[in-house]
Amino acid sequence: MDNEPFAHVLLDQLEGRASATGTQFKWDGEAWAGTDFNRFWVKSEGNIARSSMSDGDQEFLYDRPIPRMRYFDAQIGVRADLDSDPTRAWAAIGLEGLAPYEFEFAPTLYIRNDGRVAGRIEGAYSFRVRQRLVLEPQIELNFYSKDDKARKVGSGLSDLDGGIRLRYEINRKFAPYIGYVYSGSYGSSAAFTRATGDATHTSSFVFGVRVWR
Amino acid sequence: MHTSNCLTRRHFMQSLIAAGIVTWAPGQGAAQMLSQSPKILEGTTFDLTIDKLSVNFSGKPRTAVAVNGSVPAPTLRWREGETVTINVTNRLKTNTSIHWHGMRIPTDMDGVPGLSFEGIRPGETFTYRFPVRQNGTFWYHSHSGYQEQTGISGAIIIEPQTAESEAVDREYVIFLSDWTDVDPHTILSNLKEDGSYYNYHRPALNHLSGDPQTKKFSTALAQYLMWSKMNMSPTDIADVSGSVYTYLCNGVPPSLGWKGLFEPGEKVKLRIVNGSAMTFFDVRIPGLQMKVVAADGNAVEPVMVDEFRIGTAETYDVIVSPENMSYVIFAQAEDRTGYAKGILATSANNEAKTPTMDPRPIRTMADMGMKMKGMAMPAMSGDGKMNMSGMQGGGMEGMSNMDMPANTAHVAAGHDTSSMTVRSDSAMNMHVPPEEVARTMWDQFPLPQPGRDVLPVGTPTSVPSPLPHLASVLKVGPEVSGIAVITGPKLSDPGVGLQHNGRRVLAYSDLKARYPGVDRRSPTREIELHLTGNMERFIWGFDGKKFSQAQPITLRYGERVRIILVNDTMMEHPIHLHGLWSELENGNGSFNPYKHTLIVKPAERLSYLVSADVKGHWAYHCHLMFHMEAGMFRTVVVA
Repeated sequence: MDNEPFAHVLLDQLEGRASATGTQFKWDGEAWAGTDFNRFWVKSEGNIARSSMSDGDQEFLYDRPIPRMRYFDAQIGVRADLDSDPTRAWAAIGLEGLAPYEFEFAPTLYIRNDGRVAGRIEGAYSFRVRQRLVLEPQIELNFYSKDDKARKVGSGLSDLDGGIRLRYEINRKFAPYIGYVYSGSYGSSAAFTRATGDATHTSSFVFGVRVWR
Repeated sequence: MHTSNCLTRRHFMQSLIAAGIVTWAPGQGAAQMLSQSPKILEGTTFDLTIDKLSVNFSGKPRTAVAVNGSVPAPTLRWREGETVTINVTNRLKTNTSIHWHGMRIPTDMDGVPGLSFEGIRPGETFTYRFPVRQNGTFWYHSHSGYQEQTGISGAIIIEPQTAESEAVDREYVIFLSDWTDVDPHTILSNLKEDGSYYNYHRPALNHLSGDPQTKKFSTALAQYLMWSKMNMSPTDIADVSGSVYTYLCNGVPPSLGWKGLFEPGEKVKLRIVNGSAMTFFDVRIPGLQMKVVAADGNAVEPVMVDEFRIGTAETYDVIVSPENMSYVIFAQAEDRTGYAKGILATSANNEAKTPTMDPRPIRTMADMGMKMKGMAMPAMSGDGKMNMSGMQGGGMEGMSNMDMPANTAHVAAGHDTSSMTVRSDSAMNMHVPPEEVARTMWDQFPLPQPGRDVLPVGTPTSVPSPLPHLASVLKVGPEVSGIAVITGPKLSDPGVGLQHNGRRVLAYSDLKARYPGVDRRSPTREIELHLTGNMERFIWGFDGKKFSQAQPITLRYGERVRIILVNDTMMEHPIHLHGLWSELENGNGSFNPYKHTLIVKPAERLSYLVSADVKGHWAYHCHLMFHMEAGMFRTVVVA
């Protein structure tokens, strides 16, 4: 009775990003299926610009609530960087949940078999302006232990993607939004990016839709 | 999100006709047809057929599951002392069942699939047969999946063997329910992803403009941050709201209003049943006082009230004396997102003005079992004392500064000490009654129903000391988002949203049984159970465990126990024990009321006595359907 499985797909960001250098398409979402205590998660994000895909990231995770924690789950699994650049595979272990003040927080640690380590911190906060009008600041930070020139990532803080979106929940599951996003690369990542002729700091006007089912 | 306002009468008439709720009779006034209640079936043998039915309660055609083509199901009228036979035929493609709510019957007739009955398979007919040994207002509903939510529920009226003391001229069943066009499975699924999915009154920027009381921004902001810090919301009143519910009175939506007729000067008895899946109703009839004469089927000393809260699965009988005008039976949902409506009138053409809904209630720190510095605590105690409450693991700072009574475990367990003595030593007394007493009593099991001319059995024996507060072993986790440190009885509190509203509102402390309890023994054992949950994950349970992870509660046949319920959640839970009575310890000693469903308020600690006088496997659960489905369920084995 109370161990019935459920499944949901949430696409938090399904958007076009218009900046001085052109328009790119971005998605970022997650899906889960399972019971209260055993869930499988899929996380997926990526950018598409001029028919080339960048920052592709797909994760397949097993998820369990953490004992003695009310709002946090532990997740373990694999991450595959799949896009136009060389593919990398990682083992992933992380947390996902609700910190005090309804702050969504998800730090994850990634390890490759050659000993490289990467980290990602995602955070978001939903500020309700009105019942259906929600202002959501969001940020994602990526860290790497070593340079990986082929994927244009450098050691230390590699890149940051942060934005603020104002969505209108036509219903809970369909909310169009507009927003402003900054994305930048730092350190040697910035150098690798510059070398390919791309911008290291981009500010975009975004429009998209947050959907789930 | 009030969808019901935009419906046309024609639309509804068509749907009601389609639903078989009204019969089409050209030339007859619509209002007259609508004054029909669900069909009443009388006698000792009943044939009930469960089948799909096209209905339209909200403006959209939907499929319900119905009993004899009727939503709600037909009212069954029985007589005390007779044996009834009910043949239930399942024409669905899935299993079904019928549970006789509040009926004291053998366990294999109780109708809970998986406990002592397999359920009724498609195409099969199951025959229920049991002697009716009680009287009053009860109800019946499916205990399979979400069938109760989708249509299978109806009233039971049992006439007493000897006439009641107060004769009435007319009586009506007022069957309240909540209809949704959404598949109930989808509702639970949505709640698993977002516990506030159906709450369209969450804290927002516009609420920060000022605290309702003080109009101060700083107070409003402090409140906002305090709740936000706990990842909770003070507007968390009902999990499923009027955003998807149409509240029905006798199967009629409020845009039409069920109508009952009376002659001026008549005494009218209203048998009010909360047959909803998820909704508490606050019932009043503006302009009329109601004399409450029975609760959960059992007679109580009459008490005059303007309003009462009826939890899911409770029943109340009230008597009203309407004059020559029309009245609205106004049943607002606890979260004020909608209402069910009936009209009492002298003529089918008379209408009555529907009142506006009251302001939405707001949870306070008291509901969380907490106290905030500088915040006024509402008076909430049932025994006249102020209970300062606190919460463990609630993420609150300064918790250690709180004042706590020295003996918290004592507060509720000992609040009704009129008939018992609490021993000072802490050893548990697990003794059953003396052999001799036990033997003479066990001849009488199951115990007779409370009523006139029923002689009580048993003599009081010693009473154990209360158990240490379980909060010391209960820990926060995925299934427990908070634990109220200090709780207390709230028996004289009518409930959130009903305090100080200028009306005389019924409280549990008002319920004094008309007839003394039949089992006068003192309990020999105490069972303390905490109602727990995690709203964010939408997991509910007892003692931090959901049904699938817990062991049954075992009672020894013949024993008398005190069950102490402690609500560690911030919501009310209507707790229902099948097969056995729950004698609420509300300070009336041997006249404590016998109930089958008890509302436990947030941070409340209440106790009741149970005589384990019928062997079997009994369901014990929160009657909010989605709380039950999400784990707030136990099996009670009497062996």
